[in-house]
Amino acid sequence: MSLARSLVALAAVLLAPAALAQDSTAAEIAKYRAALQEDNPAELWEIRGAELWRQQRGPKRASLEGCDLGLGAGIVNGAYARLPRYFPDADRVLDLETRLVWCMVELQGYTEAEARHNPFGEGERKSDLEALTAYLTSESRGEKMDVPLRHPKEVEAYRVGEKLFFFRGGTHDFACATCHGAQGKRIRLQELPDLTTAEGAQKAYTTWPAYRVSQGELRTFEWRLYDCFRQQRFPELVLGSDAAIALTMYLARNANGAPFAAPAIKR
Amino acid sequence: MADPMKIRASVVGDSTEVKVLMSHEMETGQRKDAQGQTIPAWFIQNVTVAWNAKTVLSAQWGTAVSKNPFLSFRFKGGAKGDKVTVTWTDNRGDKRTDEAAIA
Repeated sequence: MSLARSLVALAAVLLAPAALAQDSTAAEIAKYRAALQEDNPAELWEIRGAELWRQQRGPKRASLEGCDLGLGAGIVNGAYARLPRYFPDADRVLDLETRLVWCMVELQGYTEAEARHNPFGEGERKSDLEALTAYLTSESRGEKMDVPLRHPKEVEAYRVGEKLFFFRGGTHDFACATCHGAQGKRIRLQELPDLTTAEGAQKAYTTWPAYRVSQGELRTFEWRLYDCFRQQRFPELVLGSDAAIALTMYLARNANGAPFAAPAIKR
Repeated sequence: MADPMKIRASVVGDSTEVKVLMSHEMETGQRKDAQGQTIPAWFIQNVTVAWNAKTVLSAQWGTAVSKNPFLSFRFKGGAKGDKVTVTWTDNRGDKRTDEAAIA
């Protein structure tokens, strides 16, 4: 046997256990994830959100049950699987959170600043928007994603979202696509979905919101985008901004056809 | 006031399986806030579960129990429609009681 050949053989022997360790780690993580599924604390947010939805609140003492999420006033079942969409009364494409803010202003008489002042909760500082989102997304569990792309503004939002997804910038010259534009990437042991494929977008989009065990908090898709922007060292992504809605539109639409499966639970 | 618990109870053979999800911060007293001040311990100390009026579980908890704890256990007996009542008390004296019917 030549020296080169025996070196190759030696390398193969040395590399095999490393590959094996990686596989068994992935299997152990899958086991850990399965063990978490049994009971999901996201339900605590769903219960609180359902109460908030029915309560008469705000200066006008109105409940949100008159809020039209796209399927008619008060219809919550399956609404989230068809968002974002164009709303003629607001003359804008809105995602769920932005529509909720719109309803809190129009129906309940809150100012816009009041309605959106606490988008992401932390411990005892609980967010009403997150709880409402948990409840309303749970009403779409099992529904097929069916985001419309008919109105010119819906098409525009999708195109802008696509541009933003591939736009490189910030101190690290990063784009969303840097991490989420290729197969088989990961950060530490966290596998990163390829959001440019239907399969990747479906797996990712349909499992938010999720209870993050490591944070002890329910996190929404708006939060996921917000935190991705922070990780990229981009300027703060403002909840309900055109950029946030456009990115949501791009990813939600790419997830079309898959059954919605959240609120989920993640590590 | 504390948020409601989610309680599920179902008959499994000659026993009843109870699953409870509680909403609580369960602060360990080991963490520090952004100013470097210790965040005081705040956790559920006592949990009791009653089936009709009979106590079937009584537990003393400490700081090692996770945030938003999930408790699952079985007891002998129980029939459809019976009431299961869960009560917790934390170290601040806060209390929460919720009940559910066995399904």
